[in-house]
Amino acid sequence: MGVLYSISGIIALVLLITLGVWGMGWYSLFGVAVPYTAALLFIAGFIYRVLRWASSPVPFHIPTVCGQQKSLTWIKADRTDSPYTAGDVVKRLALEILFFRSLLKNEKVELEAPHRLLFRTATLLWLGAMAFHWSLLVILVRHLRFFLEPVPTVLVVLQRLDSILQNLMPILYISDVVILIALAYLFFRRVIYPQVRYISLPSDYFVLLGIAGIVISGILMRLIYRVDLVQVKEWVMAMLRFRPMPPKGVNLLFYIHLSFVSLFIAYLPVSKLMHVAGIFLSPTRNLRNTSRQERHINPWNHPVKVHTYEEYEDEFRDPMKEVGLPVEKE
Amino acid sequence: MRMSEEASKEKSLKIDYTPPSKGWLEPTVEFKKGTYGYPAASKHEKYLELPNPREWQPNEEDWKLPENWKEIILKGMEDRLSRYRSFRLFLDICVRCGACADKCHFFIGSGDPKNMPVLRTELLRSVYRRYFTLSGKILGRLAGARELTESVLKEWFYYFYQCTECRRCSVFCPYGIDTCEITMMGRELLNLVGCNINWVIEPTSNCFRTGNHLGIPPHAFKSTVDFAIDELKEITGVEVEVPINRKGAKILFISPSADYFASPHWYTFLGYLLLFHEIGLDYTWSTYASEGGNFGLFHSADLAKRLNAKIYSEAKRLGVKWILGGECGHMWRVIHQYMDTFNGPADFLEAPVSPITGTPFENAKSTKMVHICEFTADLIKNNKLKFDPSRNDKWKVTYHDSCNISRGMGLLEEPRYILRNVCDEFYEMPANTIKERTFCCGSGAGLGSDENMETRLRGGFPRANAVKYVQEQFGVNLLTCICAIDKATLPPLLEYWVPGVEVAGIHEMVGNALVLQGEKKRATNLRGEPLKGEEGENHV
Repeated sequence: MGVLYSISGIIALVLLITLGVWGMGWYSLFGVAVPYTAALLFIAGFIYRVLRWASSPVPFHIPTVCGQQKSLTWIKADRTDSPYTAGDVVKRLALEILFFRSLLKNEKVELEAPHRLLFRTATLLWLGAMAFHWSLLVILVRHLRFFLEPVPTVLVVLQRLDSILQNLMPILYISDVVILIALAYLFFRRVIYPQVRYISLPSDYFVLLGIAGIVISGILMRLIYRVDLVQVKEWVMAMLRFRPMPPKGVNLLFYIHLSFVSLFIAYLPVSKLMHVAGIFLSPTRNLRNTSRQERHINPWNHPVKVHTYEEYEDEFRDPMKEVGLPVEKE
Repeated sequence: MRMSEEASKEKSLKIDYTPPSKGWLEPTVEFKKGTYGYPAASKHEKYLELPNPREWQPNEEDWKLPENWKEIILKGMEDRLSRYRSFRLFLDICVRCGACADKCHFFIGSGDPKNMPVLRTELLRSVYRRYFTLSGKILGRLAGARELTESVLKEWFYYFYQCTECRRCSVFCPYGIDTCEITMMGRELLNLVGCNINWVIEPTSNCFRTGNHLGIPPHAFKSTVDFAIDELKEITGVEVEVPINRKGAKILFISPSADYFASPHWYTFLGYLLLFHEIGLDYTWSTYASEGGNFGLFHSADLAKRLNAKIYSEAKRLGVKWILGGECGHMWRVIHQYMDTFNGPADFLEAPVSPITGTPFENAKSTKMVHICEFTADLIKNNKLKFDPSRNDKWKVTYHDSCNISRGMGLLEEPRYILRNVCDEFYEMPANTIKERTFCCGSGAGLGSDENMETRLRGGFPRANAVKYVQEQFGVNLLTCICAIDKATLPPLLEYWVPGVEVAGIHEMVGNALVLQGEKKRATNLRGEPLKGEEGENHV
């Protein structure tokens, strides 16, 4: 069901944009108003969500410890999985954010016989996630050339590297190929594996299809229905200077690409895609395992009703005295 | 053991990982005998002044909820969203990648998709979406949002009491989403309208009143200690001294109450007493703080804090310098990650230093409480103890990391170091099932009641399966652990899945091997079983 909803949603969007641009000629709407609104929603929404998380305190010190604690000097502590200093935490988080270290631990449990378990390493999800996120990063960085004048050398070098295979596959970027394969994997695993299908919501498919829409429209613009990149850059620079104008020298594909990007960034702050910011705030990953060494303060540590020793002794004084246990009041 | 026989009568539990054809958004739950705990007796709820005390049964239609239960839950959610970053964050950022799915022992043992950590959380997340997020308010079911209804609440009850808060899923989650945090919140919410289980509430109420979960009054504590002294004299020929409520002692020792009242915990208790005697430790037990465990944690942070307060307050009253803690799992989650925050600062205590070796326990300098395995490992390293490991020759030993001790604390090598010194044959279970990847016994977080046996046997299946592996490979016949719930619940579990493997604490092994000054030649171990080589000579 989720898949159908998502696919219909994507088709409806494409039709809407086509109708708007081709049929109605709403260039200003799709070329100016939509991207501005999306950028605003993205920035405001993103900040709002992060502040919302930050406004809830971390009452207890709850790192998930995945290695030997630092205790006795002669026992080797695991500084990454039981971080001890701020530097250790940075390392743990960096490995998590850049290389998805926890996901790399993934293993699959199967029943070998009715009551016999088999553990297999399962790195495919990690591979798919790495391929997707890293190629997305490369693509985003490549797009910076539309936003920066002059284009920094680093970007030129990256673009060259990314297109190093162009002799084999004309005008194709490696990152484009990788992201499509990764997206296909991430999508089809949701459709094929019964358990993943069971937990998937329409939005899970929708996000993947939406990104695929962005990627495909982008590739087509390069491969078949080319747009005038100089004019596109002029449009971007004008938008950035708040002197809006609809882009020139572009075609419908550009509007589809742009609208999907707009939709995507506007949607990001209200979606699970906020994991991009959330991981930094995750209290099981960003705290040091020094819980007994330094006191963690809970800002709302309210008083609770306790049973005092006096109340206890009042109830049990006589039997305590009988068996010779010391008491406070005779 | 009675219940496990009953379960085995039905013959092997079927495990099937195929999800049902119907989606999960429509709440369905069947309260089948053996898969849930009985609700709390109202007298205990009343004693603790908890909301909505009443007599009710989960399998009955009417749960006798307060009129405005929905409002109470939603308000409670809003309150907790503002007080716990973990709660809001973990509800927001899950991408449903499914990496956690087959990491949960309850899913592995039951195949019930709602036992996948991701779906367990979705049960609550769907309600969060409906009432607290824009997309959920607008898109409803399309965004995975659903109304809070009584059926949803019943589902929460069933599945949040089918999670042992073991945190294994959070090891594998790329964002560190910890289902334990969600289960804790889910249970806090359920408790606001009086939906809880007796196996959590009765021990808590006992502990509040008598100082320990089992409800043992001080005079009974004294007589059980006297009994232990006699038993030790018989086995070792040495008369140990066991101070209770002694003011001016240097160290307050606190262990889970099961240690001095249940089996096989008892032998660990005997082990402690021999160890403290041999090193001449200046310490005391307390009857007011006669419980290290904290079932309040399985109810709410507030109730955990109410019980935990006794530890520091008793340390202050007795005037000790620091606190030493015995073998227990969730006790150490509370002590390591909560106690100082709850009831500290313990500025009336001193930073712990071993009186025998002079080693400062830097890692405990604020909370001022040291784990007995840290303490004993340090004694061994400094050659303060003499062992005869052959007294443990009867056993081929493996070691089960308790969830809270490993993932909540990182105490992994200390117990292994001790084991290698006190017994000759020690074998690790497969790497996927130990240390930070350890599998829960399936009965933690208040789920260890007999009426919940099917759930327990299923939840404990992955652990038992790893034990079976070392039994077949190396002939392992003893599973050691440092958790009171493990010691209570692993025996019936192993009896069902891996007959022939017994359960013991680390300090039982220490007590067996420890050579005491002036002891007689031991004929039996602490269990009273003849030592290897002694069979037939004496003893029946």
